[in-house]
Formats: sequence, C-alpha cells, structure tokens
Amino acid sequence: MRYLPLTPADRASMLETIGAASVDDLFVDVPVAARLAGPIEGLPAHASEMAVERHMTALAAKNVSAGSAPFFIGAGAYRHHVPASVDHLIQRGEFLTAYTPYQPEIAQGTLQVLFEFQTQVARLFGTDIANASMYDGSTACWEAILMAARVTRKGRSLLSGGLHPHYGEVVRTMAKFTRDEIVSLPAKMTAEPDDAALIDGIDDKTSCVVVQYPDVFGRIPDLAAIAAAAHEKGALLVVVVTEPVALGLIEAPGALGADIVVGEGQSIGVGLQFGGPYLGLFGCREKFVRQMPGRLCGQTVDAEGKRGFVLTLSTREQHIRREKATSNICTNSGLCALAFSIHLTLLGGEGLARLAAVNHARAQATFDRLTRIPGVSLLNGAFFNEATLILPRDAREVVRELADRKVLGGVSLGRLFPEGEGLRNGLLVAATETTTDEDIEAFAVELENVLAGVPA
Amino acid sequence: MTAPNASGWRPSMGEAGETKNVTSSGDYGLMLEEALSFELGSSDKCGVDIDAADREPVAGLDKFLRKAAPALPGLTEPETVRHYTRLSRQNYAIDLGPFPLGSCTMKHNPRLNEKMARLPGFADVHPMQPQTTVQGAFEVIEQLAHWLVTLTGMASVAMSPKAGAHGELCGLLCIRAALDARGEVRDVVLVPESAHGTNPATAAFAGFKVESIPATPAGRVDVAALKAKLGPNVAGVMITNPNTCGLFEPDMREIADAVHAAGGYVYCDGANFNAIVGKVRPGDLGVDAMHINLHKTFSTPHGGGGPGAGPVVLSEALAPFAPLPFVTRGEDGSIHLVEEENAGEGHDQAFGRMVAFHGQMGMFTRALTYILSHGADGLRQVAEDAVLNANYVLRSCEDLLPAPFADSGPCMHEALFSDAGLAEGFSTLDIAKGLIDEGFHPMTVYFPLVVKGAMLVEPTETESKAGLDRFIGSLRSLAQRAKDGDESLHSAPHFAPRRRLDETLAARKPVLVWQGDPGVPGTPSMSEIGGS
Repeated sequence: MRYLPLTPADRASMLETIGAASVDDLFVDVPVAARLAGPIEGLPAHASEMAVERHMTALAAKNVSAGSAPFFIGAGAYRHHVPASVDHLIQRGEFLTAYTPYQPEIAQGTLQVLFEFQTQVARLFGTDIANASMYDGSTACWEAILMAARVTRKGRSLLSGGLHPHYGEVVRTMAKFTRDEIVSLPAKMTAEPDDAALIDGIDDKTSCVVVQYPDVFGRIPDLAAIAAAAHEKGALLVVVVTEPVALGLIEAPGALGADIVVGEGQSIGVGLQFGGPYLGLFGCREKFVRQMPGRLCGQTVDAEGKRGFVLTLSTREQHIRREKATSNICTNSGLCALAFSIHLTLLGGEGLARLAAVNHARAQATFDRLTRIPGVSLLNGAFFNEATLILPRDAREVVRELADRKVLGGVSLGRLFPEGEGLRNGLLVAATETTTDEDIEAFAVELENVLAGVPA
Repeated sequence: MTAPNASGWRPSMGEAGETKNVTSSGDYGLMLEEALSFELGSSDKCGVDIDAADREPVAGLDKFLRKAAPALPGLTEPETVRHYTRLSRQNYAIDLGPFPLGSCTMKHNPRLNEKMARLPGFADVHPMQPQTTVQGAFEVIEQLAHWLVTLTGMASVAMSPKAGAHGELCGLLCIRAALDARGEVRDVVLVPESAHGTNPATAAFAGFKVESIPATPAGRVDVAALKAKLGPNVAGVMITNPNTCGLFEPDMREIADAVHAAGGYVYCDGANFNAIVGKVRPGDLGVDAMHINLHKTFSTPHGGGGPGAGPVVLSEALAPFAPLPFVTRGEDGSIHLVEEENAGEGHDQAFGRMVAFHGQMGMFTRALTYILSHGADGLRQVAEDAVLNANYVLRSCEDLLPAPFADSGPCMHEALFSDAGLAEGFSTLDIAKGLIDEGFHPMTVYFPLVVKGAMLVEPTETESKAGLDRFIGSLRSLAQRAKDGDESLHSAPHFAPRRRLDETLAARKPVLVWQGDPGVPGTPSMSEIGGS
C-alpha cells in the first residue's frame, strides 16, 4: 500500500514495544460483537494509481466542462479565467498541507496571507474590517443575519426578492430552528429591483434588511436609499455580493452605507468545481467586531519586537465559549481564501476595474445579439455581467434543449424559483471575460433554432 | 545550536552570550522575511494582461459606477510568485514532517487526489448546469455516498455539509425535524464535558439547550450520569467515539439503547473515525447520525484551515429528513438531482437547505480517489496502523510524561499525556514550543479540557517508524528538560520564523486590516460615512 510507511517488521517490533501480541489487542475496548472480522464485503480492494486515475478520468469525461461548450451560466457561481500561477501557488505543500495556525510561530505564512486577505476583502467591500472567510456565500448570509440580531437585539429580517433563492432557502431553513422571523419579499420579474417594497417593509422590529447587489436577476439596487431607510428604523443593511468582480465597476457596498457585507468569493481565484469548495466573504463595521462570526487574524509583535500575526478575539469562538459562541464555525475556507488573495494580488485594484469593465462589455455584446432574436427581450434596466432575458416560452425547456445542442445557455428562473408562476419565461444569462464572439454567435443561433422549433 | 529546522529556517539569533550576526537586509541565508503585499505592490502594476473594454458602460449603470478603483495594489506574476513562495516557507506543514495535532488527523495528502480534482470534467463544471451534462459529477457523489454508508453501516448520507461543525448542525437539524414530525418538543441535548467545543456550540446554534455529562476517572462517558439525565425533554446526545481522550467508548451500544428507549437520538461526532474505519461500523453501535470529516479520515488537504467537508451518515429514522439537494438514481439508470423544484415527489420531509449548491464537490473527488486507492482492505489497515502508531508513542513516553488513562489499556489513534510532574513553573506550553525548535509541529495542547495540561498526540498512519522514533526522541528530551527546569524552554521557540507572539496585544487593540495608507481614495472609512 503506497501510502502506508510501516513495514511488517516495523509493526512486529512496535507491537513488542507496546507489549501487545497483535494489533487486535489494541482494539480490546471495542465490544466483540461490533468488531468486523475482515475487510467489509462488497467493497473493492486497493487499487494502483493508474487504475484509480483511469476510473476517475472516465467519470470526469461524463461531464460537459464549461470550457468545452459555449457557456453562459452564472446564478451565484461564475466562470472566470484563473491565472496559472494561482493554482501553482496554492499547491505549495506548505500552504496545502498546513492546518489552522494554532502555533503562530510556524504559521506566519498562512497568517500573513489571512491578514492580507482580510484587508483585500475590506477594501473591496468598503467595510472597515473583514474576517478570515466562511464556508460560502449562503452560510455567510445566514451568519450576517444572526449577527445583525445580536447587534440590534431585534429578530426580524427582511429579505429582498432579488436575493438568490438558494441563499433565501438556507436562511429560512436555519431560521425555522432558531425561531428568528424572516420576511421574504416575492421575486418579481420587473426591470427595476424591489427597493421601494423593501423600504416600505422596514419597521421598528426589523434587525436587518438583506439585499443582493447586483441581485439574482442581475439588477442593481439603490443601496444608499435602502441604507438610509434601514438606519432610520435602527435596522442594519446586510448586502450580499455573489459576483465580487462587479465591485471593480460599481460602488463598494460599504461606501453606500452597508453595515455588513457578505459574499461568495468563488469568482476570484476559485474555479467552478460543481459548487464547492467556495469562499464566504464577510466584512462589517469595526464597532461590531466582537459580534462577528468566524476566524480573525490580527497583527501583533513577537518577543523580539518583530511584526507578526495571530488568530485573535477567539473569545467569540466555539473552542473557548462553547455553547455561548457567536457561531459554531470551526474552520474557514483557507485554501480558497489563499486563491482569492493571490488572484486579487495579481489583478490589483486597477486590474480588477479593467476586468470588470471587460465583463460588462462582454455581457452587453451578448445581450445586444440575443435580443435581436424574435421574441427575446432584456428585462434589466441596468446590469453588470448577468441579466435576465424574457423568452416567449418556459425557459426550463429551452435550457434543456440548448444543452442537447451543446450550448450551456444560462439558468431558467423556473428552476431557481419553482413557486414563481410569473417567472417561467425568464432566463438568467451571464457573460465574463471568457465569453468569445464565437460563443455568443453559437448561443444566438441555437437559441433562435430552439425557439423556432428547428430540429437539432 | 545552529542546526536547520525542518522548515528550512535557521536561527535568527544566537544563544545568550553569543555574538549576534546582523545582516543589512534582515534576511539570513534561506531565512527570508517578507513584507505585506500592500507594501510591495502599486496601483500601476498588474499580473494579468487585460485589454481595455471595447464599450462604455450601459447608461443605466451610470449612477452606480465606482468613483475610483479599489485601493488594492497589484503585483506582476514574478513578484506574486515570489511573495507567496517566500510566505509559504514560514509555514510548517505535513509535507515537512509529523503534524501530530490530536483530533485533527493530519495525514499525508496523496497528490493523485489533487490531480483528479483538477480534471476539467470536475473542476470546470458549474453547479447549475443541466443535469444531462453533469452525470459524472452525480456519479462521484453517488459512489462516495455508497462507500460512506457501507463503511459506517448506516442507511443514507447527507452530502452537502461544508465542514465537520456544519455536519454536526445537519445531524442535529435532522433530529429537530424528526422530533417535529413526531409532534414532540424536546429542547435538551446532552454533551459530555470532554466534547470538542463545536458540539455545544452547534447544539446551541440549532436551538437546543446544552447539558453537560461528566467523565469517569477512566476517561469515558459516565453512563449512569447520562441515564439519569434522560427524559421527555432530551432530544438526544452528542458523543464522540473514539472520544477526545483517544479512547473507545465501550458502552456506546448501551448508551444508544437507553437514549432510544427514552425517545431521543444519538449523534456521534465522527472526528475520530480514522481509528475505526474498516474495523467498526458506527451503525452497529446504535448511532443515528454521524458526520465524517473528509479532510481527516479521507485525506483531503487541510489547506491552512479549510475548506473541509462534513457529510453526515444517517440511520433509517433520520434519513427522510436529510436536506436538499441530493442525488438519486431513477429507473432509467440516470441520476437526477432532488432540489426545491421537485422535492415534493416523495421527499417532502427534507428539512430544507444548508448550502447554496451541492456541498464540497472538490473534496468529494479527492476523498473518492483516496478511498478507491486504499480499498476496503487498505482502509482497515489505515485504522490499524493509526492505532498502532499512537500506542507506540504512548508506551514509548509514558515513563516520562504522565498518561492519565494508560493504565486502563491501549489508546485508539491518539495518545494523551498531561503536564503533571514537570518542574515548578513548567507546563504543556513549554513542551509544545520546544517541539517547534526540534523541527516538529506540536501536538494539540490543553484539549481535552478534562485533563490538566493535556497533550494529545495523533501521529496518523502515514508516519514511518523511523519518523516516530525521531519524534519520540524529541518529546522525551523535552519532557526531561522540563522536569529538570531548563529555563530556556520558557523562551522557546528560538529557531522559528517568529518568537512567541503577543496575543494579548492582538486582542486588546485589534489590528485586522493593514492600515498603512488610511487616506488613499477609494477606501472610505465607515466611521466617516456614518450610518447606524
């Protein structure tokens, strides 16, 4: 077995040191009835690297990878070009095979990366501070709602209808068990987001308003107006960003009055990976720091006065506070945070701004072309790199038929909002810097064929 | 004392009385300091070539446009590669030597796992693609699920939880949902005092009250005390088995039967599954739910603190309540996804959704690769070698370091010592920091809480005997020095990239972001903006 260094002679000699006759003597505490006599039946035995590679490669080949087809899917996960150096660097064994920096003297690499990451996230979001990351955007969103309740001592959260429905489901699922009150505005297919309804819905019991920016339809809410209304009632504005590349082009939520900004960091440095692992981003005002969930890395000095970094404020966390902790989270998404940080370091702020501008331009080219198809129109007044097309029929079938024609043509609103009767003809389409003119043309041709009923 | 440590670093200062060599750069040979990226980069540098956009923003976007680019300095590729490579050298890692953190299972991470996870068919697939285009991804989930339920002897598995603590939450929410379905309100979860902090935190997060169960002098759950607490208000127990003292709970079946008889459920923390994989099936012990840390037992990389993955195996009683989404195989042989759109068809008891997408797919491919490499026979050998290595450490050090439960028999996959008997003023921390100077990552310290000055050593099965002998030699040497009152231990580590760091300062005046240029445009301070 290539991964097990002990030889039979080693095992015999070690058993002798221990004073045991056989390895089974080490399992004496296991009741005899619960001990398995040998390898579990029905499962295969060990396999060579070559054999396993063959098996896994065959499974991978059954998937259509995003890079092998015209690809326009977003809805909370985005395909961007990740520079080769990012994946190379995260595979440095010193990063890949280290753990939580419990011993800071020999974990300064990880800790300094986290400090740089926190600074990058805070500057991107326009928040005072940020944590060392969460599981993903949806869980960060729920943690933000819990934190808002701790800060305001109120328990009613108001969710925009433009919040990603999976995020809304995560929040409603968790709230069922914690008894927090969640008010979800309906998702509506309108050109502008539901800012006015949100503002109307804020009352004195509201702990926070949760707004996605850009929203799941690709629209852009007026955060400043919502923030003002929320603050007037003593509520916090929680902003959710599922496409952080957008913040290279549109204003940072913190600069518009957001109190807590959370997001999905996947689109910078982390690949699609069929949904995970991803990267929850979490930033907020400095005065809330002791109510924050998750790990925090802070600057300090060592015994010789040299600058160094440590995990800090852990009195908020489960290993100290146990049932009184701000969250049960025990890890962060360290390696994904590293990838995000490296990619953002390569880009810099100016590079991110250029990347965002290119994304927006590719989306314009996409929607200009697609809306030339008879019966297809654009819902959005404004958008970044994703927007909603209105089709003449149920978009779920259209997406399936496009897939049969080797085009990955977006996500139907019917799949995202199974309850939303008025949304069935909506198709969410994203473009990024990876989208070529040829991709757009292939999508347009096949969409037109599908809508016209031309056989594949 | 000038020997290089395992990380390639050399001592930055001499022993007392030696003349200290000072370089003008602040670096010492291969011991390299590294500034922050914010101190190295500038706004006119970029490591990615991006052409200017060929269009102006759409008119509707005008009022939303950012006034200035984010104040993030850029670096070119050579500078970026150097920055992170230099930083990486300040980390200890499994690839450099033993990383015997108890309860963390820091085993070797096979590189085939990494290669497989990067196949475009896995790495470059979107979670919302049409189902016909992701059948291979569904098969990975299905195959891994089959291994997990078979290895544990359970009925089903919820794959989506993102980490161990998230898996605990999933299991407890299944219990909540099952109780709701029975129309019962039970609001107490019993947690042994030796439990990992996530257990009580998770129970509270899931809306339960936590009641603590004491340990016996033999380091096990006090069964009588547990039984005395059972009643109509108890939703269940959370038990770690093997437990955090590195011991098997021999009364697990009796506990489970008592809990079931009282109408509760048994949650098992599977953090220590590595000790029993292929040897014992938790399902045979009456467990209703158990998370499996794929980053522990199944070798997905720890990555400097995550991401992990925490699928939860479930008993027949809890299986119907598993969260969305999940995959299932239809009569036509194709695998399809059950999510909100179609959950009504026979899955209406699912308690909801825990994550945006399908869980940690990148970890599923790695874990499945690991499992297929080992096979049923290899996994059993994993448990045996892990337990053998831990007992070897236990018996090789127990004469010098007190091992509180060593008299009662063998340990499982981790050896527990205490700092009783060290010289006055010496403690576990000194041993741990001394190990750093010896070129090792310290063991878990001061956990479990039930043992004073605990040192929990988990070597894992991927350490060779020669490697263990080196570690044991260092641990024994340090124990002797601490017994002899060697003052130099108090200031250890001497040879790491940093000396002991001032954690009190960090917490008293938190500096969580770089504050080098507070006046830079594009980074407005929130306190200046106002608001709530």
